[in-house]
Amino acid sequence: MIRITDIYKSYQIGKNTLPVLKGIDFNVDKGEMVSIMGSSGSGKSTLLNIIGILDEADRGTYNLDGIEVKNLNEKIAAKYRNQFLGFIFQSFNLINYKTALDNVALPLYYQGVSRKKREEKALFYLDKVGLSNWAKHVPSELSGGQKQRVAIARALASDPKVLLADEPTGALDTKTSYGVMELLQQINDEGKTVIIVTHEPDIAAMTKRNVELKDGLIISDKIIEPVRATLYV
Amino acid sequence: MNSLFHRDLWVEILSSLKSNGARTFVTAFGVFWGIFIMVLLLSAASGFETGIKSKFKGIATNSIFIWTQKTSLEYKGMPRNRWYHFDIQDAQAIKDNIKGLRIVSPQNNFTTEIKHITKEGSFKVEGNAPEFLGQKALKLTQGRFINQKDIDQKRKIAIIGWGLIDELYEKGEDVIGSFIKIKGVNFKVVGVFKDTSINGQKNIRAQQNVHIPFNTFSQVFNFGDRVNYFFITADDDQSATELKNKIITLLQTRHKINPKDKRAIGNFDLNEQFEKFNMLFATLKIVSFFVGIMILISGVIGISNIMLIVIKERTKEIGIRRALGATPMVIKKQIILESVFLTILSGMAGVSFASLILFFVNLKIDSMDPVDLMILNPIINLPTLFTIFIILVFFGLLAGLIPANKAVKMKPINAIRTE
Ligand SMILES: Nc1ncnc2c1ncn2[C@@H]1O[C@H](COP(=O)(O)OP(=O)(O)OP(=O)(O)O)[C@@H](O)[C@H]1O
Ligand SMILES: [Mg+2]
Repeated sequence: MIRITDIYKSYQIGKNTLPVLKGIDFNVDKGEMVSIMGSSGSGKSTLLNIIGILDEADRGTYNLDGIEVKNLNEKIAAKYRNQFLGFIFQSFNLINYKTALDNVALPLYYQGVSRKKREEKALFYLDKVGLSNWAKHVPSELSGGQKQRVAIARALASDPKVLLADEPTGALDTKTSYGVMELLQQINDEGKTVIIVTHEPDIAAMTKRNVELKDGLIISDKIIEPVRATLYV
Repeated sequence: MNSLFHRDLWVEILSSLKSNGARTFVTAFGVFWGIFIMVLLLSAASGFETGIKSKFKGIATNSIFIWTQKTSLEYKGMPRNRWYHFDIQDAQAIKDNIKGLRIVSPQNNFTTEIKHITKEGSFKVEGNAPEFLGQKALKLTQGRFINQKDIDQKRKIAIIGWGLIDELYEKGEDVIGSFIKIKGVNFKVVGVFKDTSINGQKNIRAQQNVHIPFNTFSQVFNFGDRVNYFFITADDDQSATELKNKIITLLQTRHKINPKDKRAIGNFDLNEQFEKFNMLFATLKIVSFFVGIMILISGVIGISNIMLIVIKERTKEIGIRRALGATPMVIKKQIILESVFLTILSGMAGVSFASLILFFVNLKIDSMDPVDLMILNPIINLPTLFTIFIILVFFGLLAGLIPANKAVKMKPINAIRTE
C-alpha cells in the first residue's frame, strides 16, 4: 500500500536548515495498523504529512497504492487526498459552524456527490461511530471524544485506502482515548489500513506494529500482538 | 456556468458569510454607501436634465434665428451704417444653396392696435409661414393654424393667443369665426394657440400674439417682398450651428455686405445653446459616475481588506478543506463568489435605499408647479442600473482576487498548523 524509500526532509528556519527526516525507508501493507512512536521533534508528524500528501519530501520516492507521488500539482494532490487518504488530527479540526453531519459530508461534497447521497452516506458513518443522534449538532455542542468520533466518520466518508491519525487521542482522557482506539481497531478489522502517530505506549500497544523514530531515522520496527481496547472500555 | 448556480456552492458561501455576520455587514456598508451616493448623484443629474429640457419642449432646438441690423463696414461702394432688408427670394436661395435644412420660414411682425367690437389694445402681430408651428412651442387649443392655401390666396385669417380672449372678448363669446380688426383691417379668427415654452408660461404677453399668413401680412401692411426674420431649422442629422456660417455668407453676398461685417446680420443660435446644455448634462453625469466610482473603490478596497482578514482567520479552515480534497480552484471560486455576492448585495441595497429616497423626492416634486422647477422626475434608468450591476460584478471579482490567491498560496500543512 505504502512504499517509501530513502526519504529526506528538512525545514528552513531563517538561515539555518533543520534536517528532520534523514533517509527513511518505510512500507505499509494493506490492512495493517501501524503506530509511529518517538520523542517530540523526532519527525513523526513530518513523516505522516508526507504520507498524507500534505507536505512533500525533499528526496526519495513515495509510492501510494501503485501511484508515484512526486511533483504533483495541487489539483491532483487534492484529488488523491480526497480519494485515498483520511485524516484524523489531535485537535479534531472540525469546521465549527457546520453540523456534525455537514462536517462528515464535506469530503463527499468535494467529490461532487449529490446532496441527498451525501447526507445518506454521512449519516451512515455517523451511525458507525455511534453519533447518529448528534447529526444536527455543531462541534461546540459535542464532547472531545464525540468530536474525534465525528472526525473519524469524516475521515471514513470518502472510503479512503489509508487512515492517517496524528495523535488522535492526544487531547482526550484515558477512558475516551480507549473508546476512540476501540473504534479505530474496529475499522481496521474491516480491512482499512490505519497509521497512528502517538507517544502514549498504551495506545501504541493497541496497534499491530510499532515503529520508532529517533532523530529522523527509524530505529525499531516490530510486529506485536495488539491489546484489544474493548477490554478497557 | 452550471456549477456557479449549484445549490451546494451557495449553501457554502452563505454559511461562511453568516459565520461572520457582523463583519459582513460592516464591510458591505462601504459599497452600499458608494452606490447610494452614485445613484443619487446620477438621478439628480438626470432630473436636472429632464427639468431643463422640459423648458425646451416643443421647440425645434436644432434652429437658428436671423434678422437684419445696420451694416458696420463699407463694401463695394455701399456705405456703412446702411439699413437693408432680407427679401422673400432669400428663403428660396437659402433652401436651394444650403443642403440639410428642414424649414426656412420668414417672419415679419409689428405691434399695433387690435380691436374686437368694442374692446381693443396694442398687441404684437406676426406674419408667419405654416411651418412656423413646428418650430415654436405653440399648441393649438382651438381651430387650426395657417395653411398653404391661406398663404397662396393671401387670406385674411388670424390665429390668436389665448391670452387675448380675456382682453378682447366677452365671457362665453365664440372666438372661432369671429372677426378682429388689425390696424383697421378685418381678419377672421380660425384658431387659438397657447405658447407652452417657458417664456410663454412666465410671460402673459407671449400668449397675446396674433399670427396671420406671411403673404397676407406683406400685402395688407405694405411690406412688399421684404423679410425681417428668418427662422431656420436644420435636418435632424445636421447641426444648425455648422450650417449657420454658410447661411450668413450667402446672405452677405446677396445683400452686398462686407464678409467681415459681424454686425449686419443678427442671429441667435438656439442649437448652440442647447448643445451647451447637453455638454453640461454629459459632464454632470461623468462627474457623478466618477464620484460614485471613487467612493465605490474605497468600499471595494474595504471588502478586499476584510476578505484578507477573513482569509487569514480562516487559514486553518481552508487547510482542513484542502486536506479533505478541496482543490485550489474550488477554494478560490468560493472566496471570489463570496466577494462578488457581498459586493452585489450591498450595491443593490444601496440602489434600493437610494430609490426609496428618490420615490419620496418625486412625490414632493409632483406636488409642486413644474414651471418653477429646475429638476423634474429624478430617477435612475435601467441601462444605468445595468451598468452599475456590471461595475459591481467587476469590482467584486477584483476585491476577491487577491484574497483568493492568498488563500491557496500556503501549503496545506502550514495552513492546518496555524492556530
Ligand atoms: N513547517 C515547519 N517549519 C519549520 N520547522 C518545522 C515545521 N514542521 C516541523 N518542524 C520542525 O521539525 C521538527 C520535527 O517536527 P514534527 O512535527 O515532525 O515532530 P513530531 O515528532 O511530530 O513531534 P511532536 O511529538 O512534538 O508532535 C521539529 O523540530 C519541528 O519544530
Ligand atoms: Mg507531531
